[in-house]
Amino acid sequence: MQGFRAALAAAVGASAMLGAGVANADDKPIYGGEFTFVVPANAPPSFDAHRETTYAVIHPVRPFYSTLLRVNPENPGDPSDFVCDLCVGDVPEGTNDGKTYTFKLHEGVKFHDGAPLTSADIKASFDRIIFPPEGVSSARKSFYQMVDSIDTPDPATVVFNLKFASSAFIPALAAPYNFIYSKAKLDVDQHWYEKNILGSGPFIFKEYQPGAFMTGDKNPDYYLKGLPYLDKITAIFANKESVQVQALRGNRASAQFRGFPPKVRDDLVAALGDKVTVQETDWNCVLLATPNHDRPPFNDVRVRRALTLAVDRWGGSEYLSKIAIVKTVGGLVYPKHSLAATKDELEALDGYRPDLEASRAKARELLKEAGVDLSKTYIYNNRGVDQPYKVVGVWLIDQWRQIGLNFEQKVQPTGPFYATLRESRDFDVSADFNCQSIVNPPIDTSKYLSSDVNPANYSGIVDRKMDALYEAMLLEADPAKQRMKMREYEKYVLHDEVTQLITLWWYRTTVHRSHFKGWKVSPSHYLGQALDTVWLDPSVDK
Amino acid sequence: MHKYLVKRMLMMIPTLLGAAVLVFFLMQMIPGDICALRYAGSGGTFDASQIARCRVELGLDRPIFVQFFEWIGGFFIGDFGTSMWTDRSVAEEIGPRAVLSLQVAIMATIVSVCIAIPLGTISAIRQNTWIDYVVRGLSIAGIAMPSFWLGILIMLGLLWASNYFLGYGWIPPIQYVSPLEDPIGNVTQLIWPALATGYRYSAVATRMTRSALLEVLREDYIRTARAKGVIEKLVVNRHALKNSMLPVITVIGIEFAFLMGGLVVTEQVFNLNGLGKLFVDSVTNHDYTMTQALVMLVAFIFVMMNIAIDVMYAWLDPRIRYS
Repeated sequence: MQGFRAALAAAVGASAMLGAGVANADDKPIYGGEFTFVVPANAPPSFDAHRETTYAVIHPVRPFYSTLLRVNPENPGDPSDFVCDLCVGDVPEGTNDGKTYTFKLHEGVKFHDGAPLTSADIKASFDRIIFPPEGVSSARKSFYQMVDSIDTPDPATVVFNLKFASSAFIPALAAPYNFIYSKAKLDVDQHWYEKNILGSGPFIFKEYQPGAFMTGDKNPDYYLKGLPYLDKITAIFANKESVQVQALRGNRASAQFRGFPPKVRDDLVAALGDKVTVQETDWNCVLLATPNHDRPPFNDVRVRRALTLAVDRWGGSEYLSKIAIVKTVGGLVYPKHSLAATKDELEALDGYRPDLEASRAKARELLKEAGVDLSKTYIYNNRGVDQPYKVVGVWLIDQWRQIGLNFEQKVQPTGPFYATLRESRDFDVSADFNCQSIVNPPIDTSKYLSSDVNPANYSGIVDRKMDALYEAMLLEADPAKQRMKMREYEKYVLHDEVTQLITLWWYRTTVHRSHFKGWKVSPSHYLGQALDTVWLDPSVDK
Repeated sequence: MHKYLVKRMLMMIPTLLGAAVLVFFLMQMIPGDICALRYAGSGGTFDASQIARCRVELGLDRPIFVQFFEWIGGFFIGDFGTSMWTDRSVAEEIGPRAVLSLQVAIMATIVSVCIAIPLGTISAIRQNTWIDYVVRGLSIAGIAMPSFWLGILIMLGLLWASNYFLGYGWIPPIQYVSPLEDPIGNVTQLIWPALATGYRYSAVATRMTRSALLEVLREDYIRTARAKGVIEKLVVNRHALKNSMLPVITVIGIEFAFLMGGLVVTEQVFNLNGLGKLFVDSVTNHDYTMTQALVMLVAFIFVMMNIAIDVMYAWLDPRIRYS
């Protein structure tokens, strides 16, 4: 049995490293074929990506749209490698002290109804995202605080004028939600795109059966010549993991883009061998433990420090990564980004130090000093989803038990879970997560701002010093200085005040049929979904 | 009979109204908010004003009784509302799913009847023989085994068998095709859930057929028929079976109504986009209008099935007269 496991691990490792289904330099793309993939979610609320936050919109709908910029599909693992999509040439550098960005557009781009796509459509789309008119919802409006105005000097040029230079601007612009809509349609009805699809992307929308599937055909007039390779795409909604696995095993679908837990990966590799390809990477999602600052004893920084000191993140990474979709130890920033803390920098923070026993001894002292009632059972509010919430929740409770704190896990479905966080606030510590699409640390870390500034911080903390540290980091244009300021903000959040606890960063494991080629895993399940550079190689299955 | 039917139809109104009141106020008691789910549920940063605006757009900021009367008023004029989650009309969302659920329910009923009536009959006329024991064992197994678990076994069995015999894994399609477009593809997909649910459904009906038939076979008129020399086949088929069908019809009718909205887990196992899955999704998403409409639809189906069963009674047993 051990031999089998070792062989399996070797197979997974080799496959992951070599990426058998990933395009190699020798691979020549093949035209044609119908690509079917499963979307591990229920149907999207609407088709309007400006309004929605779920990947259930991105996975099936992104192939029908273009964006101004995107993550480089050839190098999606690099969180700062962006390329032009509708713009031409390289991603422009900022001029006017980094406050003006000028984009030249592809010529002859058409929407799928034949209407030309010009700078006016780009402006209309981004105006809708950044300055939404009355009655229009824009979920990520706050990401664009630096944008002052958008100009269109001619039909092939768009100029973004910023209030202040910001390293967060280009990544924010490359977000996969930024579909370019037709100005003509928006002028008639700002809500038209909620129920209709009309883009200029590599595929043309064909059919949607509510809650079941969506199909699209190749766009023969796609502006990136020679693309896409596929003739047809079909996205099938299947929110049950067993269905997704069986679909891959039975070859009813070639991919599921969100990711699987390690056990499923191992089962699929054991069953299908080299007919599937595993690709893995760090994920721009992190699981948090959020103390309730409104409720004693967690309004006491000594108790919050004890909480973080008790957690063995380095050990947990080793053990939990075998059973859950978490792995990497990190701070506030996505671990592979240049703004992230190094291991040495992390080990200087409480909760990350290598001497676990010393940390836990200190934690017990702090609890004693704070007069915490150790006979009491506290509530850990958790989301009723196995991966990674319940698995990590059980682990955390055990970690805190090591310092004498007893927690009871209160597991709830997503709706009541959020009602507890936002309304009743009946929890001592709660699970939470910070999951983003584009890796954009200056924006992503806004999650930890005071609760009255960012309602997504459920701790209830209000701390203006912390907000000022964030602001200083956000406004810093120099990368080296910004990195230092990010460390100061991180130290304040995770060490000085322990406003929230970072547990472990998620780890994305994708498994797809090896005949599906040209797709590379990225740090987010929202990225790499245009599907214009992927193809099918039927010879792999023979 | 006509008067009876009209009376039953009128009685349907308070029944449905009661269901409406119950489901509306029970839904309000579930903690959570569709707007918070939509904007905060993906873990990203969101703008709090979006949630407030969403609540206004959906009318959730109004007093609860205003919401109730507006919703129930819509029902009386045939306006079932708009899904809060997808903003599509409830009828548009339910339509394609109802077709699929209806087809699975019909197929499962056919499977069930084809199994239950012959097996129940054989079991009754061969009471306390090995055949009877086997049939009873099968039906107890059917009752004990959840249909979704049988569904999982069927899927795994298909994968195993196809790997063994064909050399590659095969599972039924997971993308629905209409029987009008591709009848073979449609049956290839739906026969498996129909078998899984039909077997469980048949287990109940088999036991009911057996016990009802045993009771009828002890009746005086059966003894009389036998004494007159009528051959056993005719005694069973013509005199006993038809008269024993009343409770069986009730079971089949109620189970059919249950299948229309109750195949929650089985639909998930086979990735069927039916009413059961929609029901779970709408409860999970706090989509009040959709959940309420679905409950009303299922309540309506149950009431109609009960009326249909009563009509069948009169046809099967001429002694029954409704007035």
